[in-house]
Amino acid sequence: MTDETEQGGPADAGGANGTARAPSRRSVIGWGGAGLALGAAVAGGTTLALRATDSPEPAGSAGAAVPFHGAHQAGIATAVPDRLHFAAFDVTTENRAELIQLLKDWTAAASLMTEGRAVGEGAFGGVPEAPPDDTGEAAGLKPSRLTLTIGFGPSLFTGDAKARQDRFGLAKRRPGALVDLPKFPGDNLDPARSGGDLCVQACADDPQVAVHAIRNLARIGFGRIAIRWSQLGFGKTSSTTPDAQTPRNLFGFKDGTRNVAGTDTAALDRHVWVSADAGPDWMAGGSYLVARRIAMRIESWDRTSLQEQEDVFGRDKGEGAPVGKAREHDEPFLKSMLPASHVRLAHPDSNGGARMLRRGYSYTDGTDGLGRLDAGLFFLAYQHDVREAFIPVQRSLSRSDALNEYIQHVGSAVFAVPPGVRDKDDWWGRGLFS
Amino acid sequence: MRPVRLSLVTAVAAVAALTTVTACAEKSDAEGNGAVRVTATDTSCEVSKKEFPAGHLQLAVENKGSKVTEVYVLFPDDRIVTERENIGAGTKANITAEIKAGDYEIACKPGMKGKGIRQQVKATGGGKAAKRDPQLDAAVAAYRQYTLEQAEETLPKAKVFAEAVKAGDIEAAKKAYADSRIGWERTEPVAESFGDIDPKVDLREDGLEEGQDLEKDWTGWHRLEKALWQDKKITPRDKELADLLITDLTVWQKKVGTAEITPTSMANGAKELLDEVASGKVTGEEERYSHTDLVDFKANVEGAEKSYALLKPVASKNDAELTGELDTQFAALNTLLDKYREDRMSYVFTSYDTVGEPERKELSDAVNALAEPLSKLAAAVVK
Repeated sequence: MTDETEQGGPADAGGANGTARAPSRRSVIGWGGAGLALGAAVAGGTTLALRATDSPEPAGSAGAAVPFHGAHQAGIATAVPDRLHFAAFDVTTENRAELIQLLKDWTAAASLMTEGRAVGEGAFGGVPEAPPDDTGEAAGLKPSRLTLTIGFGPSLFTGDAKARQDRFGLAKRRPGALVDLPKFPGDNLDPARSGGDLCVQACADDPQVAVHAIRNLARIGFGRIAIRWSQLGFGKTSSTTPDAQTPRNLFGFKDGTRNVAGTDTAALDRHVWVSADAGPDWMAGGSYLVARRIAMRIESWDRTSLQEQEDVFGRDKGEGAPVGKAREHDEPFLKSMLPASHVRLAHPDSNGGARMLRRGYSYTDGTDGLGRLDAGLFFLAYQHDVREAFIPVQRSLSRSDALNEYIQHVGSAVFAVPPGVRDKDDWWGRGLFS
Repeated sequence: MRPVRLSLVTAVAAVAALTTVTACAEKSDAEGNGAVRVTATDTSCEVSKKEFPAGHLQLAVENKGSKVTEVYVLFPDDRIVTERENIGAGTKANITAEIKAGDYEIACKPGMKGKGIRQQVKATGGGKAAKRDPQLDAAVAAYRQYTLEQAEETLPKAKVFAEAVKAGDIEAAKKAYADSRIGWERTEPVAESFGDIDPKVDLREDGLEEGQDLEKDWTGWHRLEKALWQDKKITPRDKELADLLITDLTVWQKKVGTAEITPTSMANGAKELLDEVASGKVTGEEERYSHTDLVDFKANVEGAEKSYALLKPVASKNDAELTGELDTQFAALNTLLDKYREDRMSYVFTSYDTVGEPERKELSDAVNALAEPLSKLAAAVVK
């Protein structure tokens, strides 16, 4: 819910997902947003392509495929579709070769599913005595901009609670930036909604496509992994396409106005992607993901006066303009905001220039048994180093944010997100295990 | 048990599918009209013909031995075509059946025990007999034997339980309860295939339909489980139910041999047993009063492992990778279950209400890890 970003340079279309810098292919694949061409120019990319249109949300975008292969994993800088199924897994095998095989199996399945194809031998017409390889509920649905993004949690490198220390011989390869998050004031974390050896983020326009992807990956993995927790998200709260309408969170405020744009290669390189010299080698082109389940005290918030709501955020509710300004995208003047306002505290200028690429989702898991909505924000933020971004920003927010009266962090996880799968011979995590 | 039974081995359908509809014993001497004479003694089982035409078969049985005997006509996988029990020493009986072309066995069981003395026979003509794989027939026969043994071993244990209930001895009944269910749980998919028995003996309170009366219509183990652990008293009605349980289980024991079992249904039955674990035991729903879920859990896994072990010789030839994985996952689940057991020979398991959420999750994960490859066993068997 860190709402601000520093002044991002104007979008210089490049491959959000690829090595980019290939203007000639800019318009090959579009995700919507005024003819921007994100994710084009993908080395060894899949063949599906969709021409960009001029409308902010081209109708065709909902059915398109996002290339799976590229220098960076899709699902970070690529456009944010409206549906999420995020899953964290525990690795149950202690056999390194089995884990590697799982990652290869997953890569193959992910590549198929992002193209809108079934896994394995498909969902129908197979051996009658055997259950079909694919579970079938996505048959006939479009690729729906499905992206599948994998991450590796700290426990994969250090062993887990059962003291299986360094079960995969990865301790030496743990990135310095993959730190365990400190406890922040006000945290009320549920261990059953926190952590995980692996994560997969599935984003899609169609919720059935996202759920199908996680379900099939889990099924492929049984015996080698077990789902630890998972989270559905029904509406994006941040986008990477600044020219499109800014989405609103469940507090009713525009969220992610100054998010890192998927086309802003300079900002991506500086704030999101791990640079080659940052180390370790296997993380170059990757990123770090922080996931937080942030419960909202919806009913209390809804009884809060408009003035207080706007003071808490530091923006007006309708337009989203910063205090004292007229338009959403006007440069905020922080000193005009209350010291405890969310936008002021989260702004890069209050945090040594720190920025994150946010792509969180609103969630509602029904009601809580006390007649209250069990809802909030499933916060997802990508950054080049959590020690320089999420941790300092959250330290400041958790201490002072006026919004804390209305929220509670109830789940938490951090993951090292490796670079993209280059081609058909490459697989998720090859660099880590080689 | 499951609220809705969808078992693949529905004996009712099986019986209907068989051409063997009736097996009637007649007093008249049937010799001379094409009957096959079967001469049974305490040590032999002679047949007058080993080949006969398909269609109407009549067996003229004479028991020349000193023991009461039984005569069976069996398919190669030991499924019963027809049978005649209680043929007294020195008496005769006729048995008739409609049979298709194919291989059969005739068995005499002096003393009405054991596998009996066998004769290979063949019914000829009347279309081609289905091609059979002897290895799979042997697996089915061995599994059928297993289901029979389980039923036979269950009855005395159930009687110990029933007697304790009837004596009003709550503690003794509690002690005998879980043990009396093991054989049933090991062979649940077959046991459930007799659609009318399962709801009588293994219905849970939530399985009652609207309009059914809890007092009147709820019978079987779980009704008594509730009386012992929740109500903590034994009523006259409970004592009646104890007798009824034995009656129903006796019917089950008699019917077990007629279940249609195929290699595919064995493999799927193994998977179904894991489904039973996942839906009823891991959640603690099955034994909600006694919390003896882990005993059922273990019995389900043992039953699945038995099917698997019998099918493994064929499956491993077709898919060695799968059987390797199944070996690993069966071992892993058994090792995990052993943590909740007093010792490896004992069926005394930790009370499930003391098993915490993380441990239940661990059990559930191990069930998933086994059930997923197990779902591929049937295809590996018929490949």
